[in-house]
Amino acid sequence: MMKSTLKRVMPQIIILALVLAANVLVFPGFFHIEFQHGRLFGNLIDVLNRGAPTALLATGMTLVIATRGIDLSVGAVMAIAGAVAASAVTGGAHWTLALLMALAAGAACGLWNGLLVAIFRIQPIVATLVLMVAGRGIAQLLTEGAILTFNDPGLIRLGAGTIAAVPTPIWLWIAVACLTGFVIRRTALGLLIEAVGVNETSSRLAGINSRVLLWAVYLVSGLCAALAGVIVAADIKGADANNAGLWMELDAILAVVIGGNSLLGGRFSITASLLGALIIQGVNALILLSGMPVEFNLVIKALIIIAILVIQSPRVRHSLYLLRASTGPVLRDRPARTAPRTRQEEGQS
Amino acid sequence: MNILKGLLASAAILVPAIAMAEGETVGFSQIGSESGWRAAETTVTKQQAEERGITLKFADAQQKQENQIKAIRGFVAQGVDAILLAPVVATGWEEVLEEAKDADIPVILLDRNIDAPEDLYMTAVTSDQVHEGMVAGNWLKEAVAGEDCSVVELQGTTGSSPAIARKKGFEEAIADAPNIKITRSQTGDFTRAQGKVVMESFLKSEGGANICALYAHNDDMAVGAIQAIKEAGLKPGEDIKIVSIDSVPDIHLAMKAGEANATVELTPNMAGPAFDVLAAYWKDGTMPAKWIQTESKLYTSDDDNAAIYESKKDLGY
Repeated sequence: MMKSTLKRVMPQIIILALVLAANVLVFPGFFHIEFQHGRLFGNLIDVLNRGAPTALLATGMTLVIATRGIDLSVGAVMAIAGAVAASAVTGGAHWTLALLMALAAGAACGLWNGLLVAIFRIQPIVATLVLMVAGRGIAQLLTEGAILTFNDPGLIRLGAGTIAAVPTPIWLWIAVACLTGFVIRRTALGLLIEAVGVNETSSRLAGINSRVLLWAVYLVSGLCAALAGVIVAADIKGADANNAGLWMELDAILAVVIGGNSLLGGRFSITASLLGALIIQGVNALILLSGMPVEFNLVIKALIIIAILVIQSPRVRHSLYLLRASTGPVLRDRPARTAPRTRQEEGQS
Repeated sequence: MNILKGLLASAAILVPAIAMAEGETVGFSQIGSESGWRAAETTVTKQQAEERGITLKFADAQQKQENQIKAIRGFVAQGVDAILLAPVVATGWEEVLEEAKDADIPVILLDRNIDAPEDLYMTAVTSDQVHEGMVAGNWLKEAVAGEDCSVVELQGTTGSSPAIARKKGFEEAIADAPNIKITRSQTGDFTRAQGKVVMESFLKSEGGANICALYAHNDDMAVGAIQAIKEAGLKPGEDIKIVSIDSVPDIHLAMKAGEANATVELTPNMAGPAFDVLAAYWKDGTMPAKWIQTESKLYTSDDDNAAIYESKKDLGY
């Protein structure tokens, strides 16, 4: 189990290592972490901390994409959740209640998406587009278009505080990912989700309740987005409905794709998606540390992402495999297991 | 089209009579709710109109030019006495402004300019964003008083005109001060969140002790950066001087707490000067200059920031 997971995420680990190495090249002190004013302080901590929203979104998004769906609304749900939490604490509610209300708002958004996809059979990209467009408007209504600031130390701690010297967002995304992974992989849920993604009709004929499963994955995605939204709002002590989570859905999808998960559904790996999120954040850190003129930001990011995706493409991977296979008997037992999968992936696309 | 023309003509005849009877009516086509500043501009415009007894017809375009064009056509058809336009984009206004001109309705542009022949509008009330950057730069020059100072810069959204202009103005102001150098410059997308993230990176790559000042193209990024500086265990406003632009309420709160040093106001009161111009025009037909520059006022920690915060906090920022 452990060994096969490691093998599955090896490309992502190598890419992440390369991105981090590039960071060290432009800034030698990249791995330097010190203990300062009661918190760990360093670039690596920043990558883990700033990657939290993308990592949380990617966790939910992986499940949605595994069912052959997509959730474009997560960025807007982040804005809604942040606005709900901010208006709750400014209205005098305890921060735990504010958090619960934000999660409830996220759950409601997820259920709405699930309703459109699972019951009304609307294509996921269209169904979630509704909330992507309308959701930001709802958030703006809640904050009346302004940045709704708050000073509740409990809520702020979720985004800007620390637990045992480690920034809270890091704990949160790791906890959510572990919990999701545990539930999905220690039960048959993961398998069932993959079955729905590969062929919904035959999975239904085989007795899988695909409707409930579809509904559940959008619910999880909504909850993850809500938590990400609370973190982002808490981080700046304010709900910025215009900008919170803006275009984050694309980063989340990118993280899932960099994680080697197929947008056509089926087999998925949450671990790989999380590594994808860290790779994206690593690239962001690289751009910031490089000190290049800002006009190059997106060009650099695009080039790195293109390189990552090309390296992961079935054709390049197959060539790499052929190259390795022809160099000697070291990898004797691998071809038998890799080759059919490659062919299968090509067959799917 | 003929019907429209007929309507316009009749409206143009009716207008003066109505105007005499019960104060003027002015249509205001606002871009939408893209930022707190714009919300404040809307609030102030409504206040200014009320103070002067002007009936304001307000149209929110939700960031779409076609909505603004529709709104202007609507105003023309209703026969308003003047139109205020905060244009969402610079191009594509000729036709609809031509229609307003044919109906003899003066159009005044607020806070942004357009690419159109000057005779299509009466005047443009905008701030000079290069000047804003210069005011910020000049403040820093005085504040450091000849000592060496390495500045980190948080730029606005890459390629946006305020980002380009505010960068240019600041650079021009410090050009004759060899002691001031911009060591890092990155975009913070005009948002708090990104301002904080980028400042975190600056603090690590430069070392907090080596940064003497922060120049942010807007206050929101500065507010985010202040939090990053605090989390790094430094004192914003003392260890790192902070100067930014816009003068939103929250930066005055920070200045009151000694965590920020100066801000250059981008006044939300663009309508006041516009109404003044209109009053003069209605009185004796005085035509204003084609550009009215609003004041870029500098606020520092010496001002009564608590009072400024109180006066600004309900404007909708």
